[in-house]
Amino acid sequence: MPDSTSSRVSLTLGSSIESVDRVEQTAQEFAERAGFDEDTVPNIAMAVREAAVNAVIHGNAYSPDKQITATFETNSDSLVVRIADQGAGLDPNKVPDPLAPENILRGSGRGIFLIRAFMDEVHFRQLHPGTELTLIKHRVPAQPPA
Amino acid sequence: MSMKVATRQVDGVTILDLSGRITLGEGSVTLRDTVHDVLAKGQKKILLNLGEINYIDSSGIGELVSGFTSVRNGGGELKLLNLTKKVHDLLQITKLYTVFDIWDNEASAISAFK
Repeated sequence: MPDSTSSRVSLTLGSSIESVDRVEQTAQEFAERAGFDEDTVPNIAMAVREAAVNAVIHGNAYSPDKQITATFETNSDSLVVRIADQGAGLDPNKVPDPLAPENILRGSGRGIFLIRAFMDEVHFRQLHPGTELTLIKHRVPAQPPA
Repeated sequence: MSMKVATRQVDGVTILDLSGRITLGEGSVTLRDTVHDVLAKGQKKILLNLGEINYIDSSGIGELVSGFTSVRNGGGELKLLNLTKKVHDLLQITKLYTVFDIWDNEASAISAFK
């Protein structure tokens, strides 16, 4: 478990649902310590959970030979979470829009949408192999340019 | 906390009282199996009481949608009852709020089944 005073923790975990639960729990703890309000903390935890689910299922395909890494970092203005897998890679531009009428009744495909809905910034980086998602939540909402 | 299900019958409607979390793995599988079991018994009026569901992820949302389409394709109806704020907000942002028939009063929901 992360030390209560840590500002950065990195976890390397197997490709399992238990890992997803642990990543979600850690995200919740970091978000609480970073001072986000009671409505925002569960949203951050959910976004991180969805990223971990993607890494375990779609990235590593539950492979016992592959791991996910989850890095949590708080700084003066943001919580930054990075989730990486060792899978074949993900092109975010090819993920179907779950709000499109033809997709609205699909039984899956809403994870990345929810990540984007709940975080301020989401970045994808292709690894070799794998994908890294960087999820950022600012402590104070960014002000629009004057 | 995983998801728990209690089943009861009221005026020909099968009410599933769900509690806990509907997430990837146990929760969503339990929901899927329960809805399939109810359909297999020929019960086609299903009311999902989500009043004690405190957490749902994208897998759980997907399972609600799959349950909805399975029941509808089987000639039945599936309605939702007592959404928590969290579930309500998630259905709003995923534009599913208008897909489901959602009620906050059990008697009214039961009356709404054809």
